[in-house]
Amino acid sequence: MPVDSYKYIPLNWRKDHEAAPMKRASTIWTPLQTPLPEARLALLTTAGVYLSGTQESFDLEGERRNPTWGDPGYRVIPRGAQQAQMDFAHLHINTRDHHQDFNIALPLDRFAELESEGRIGRLADDHYSVMGFQSDDGAAWKQETLPEITRRMKAAEVDALVLAPA
Amino acid sequence: MIVTMMPAVAERWRAPRVVGVEFPFGHAFGMPNDAAMQRSVAEHALQALSEATGPEYRLDVPIEWPIDTKTAYRDWQPLEASPIVAYNKARAAAAAVSAGS
Repeated sequence: MPVDSYKYIPLNWRKDHEAAPMKRASTIWTPLQTPLPEARLALLTTAGVYLSGTQESFDLEGERRNPTWGDPGYRVIPRGAQQAQMDFAHLHINTRDHHQDFNIALPLDRFAELESEGRIGRLADDHYSVMGFQSDDGAAWKQETLPEITRRMKAAEVDALVLAPA
Repeated sequence: MIVTMMPAVAERWRAPRVVGVEFPFGHAFGMPNDAAMQRSVAEHALQALSEATGPEYRLDVPIEWPIDTKTAYRDWQPLEASPIVAYNKARAAAAAVSAGS
């Protein structure tokens, strides 16, 4: 059975989703240029992860003041970051399980295992976190955040990104 | 490539490599402290990266969420309604009052 994409959303949203048109005319396709055992991978989560001792939270107060706005910034999460360093700023999901184990959203430990077993060439030094609720057009993401993250990944010679929406 | 609870939505946006999981929101890689489940999803991500030879590739992870749907549906949601949900509810209530007056 294929995954039911709407299992965990309110029933009255399902019809709208199922009736929605295609959002793009075509797919941008880039072949993986490097075999996985030699490739460098980075991860990106939309779970609003940040390092509580050294980074600012995403701006939840701003979102409370303006409910149609979401903080479009990003945080760099280094490989090796520990659970005790992490906090989660997201008003649209319950982050109780994330406080137990960040790997459910940003599986740095699992990909470090895959690196140590030679299944991937290298887990990048830097990974990325955004907060997934954005205004309808996502303009700030498109114009600022994503180009900046892309620039950083290119500079770090990342071959592939594993994107995990929350 | 993308690992997502809503693979049909990712396909609609024409994401080139889609891995689908039937997990509650916030849990793209599985249950907390379940390294085996997380690892399985990660391996499916690698499979997608190595196997896809062109766009419109989709791979669904055949793992059933180990908590009943009603409980999981409740548990993924924030304890307090998000600002946009509260805002939309207030607008709908105001519109209903206006329509009734």
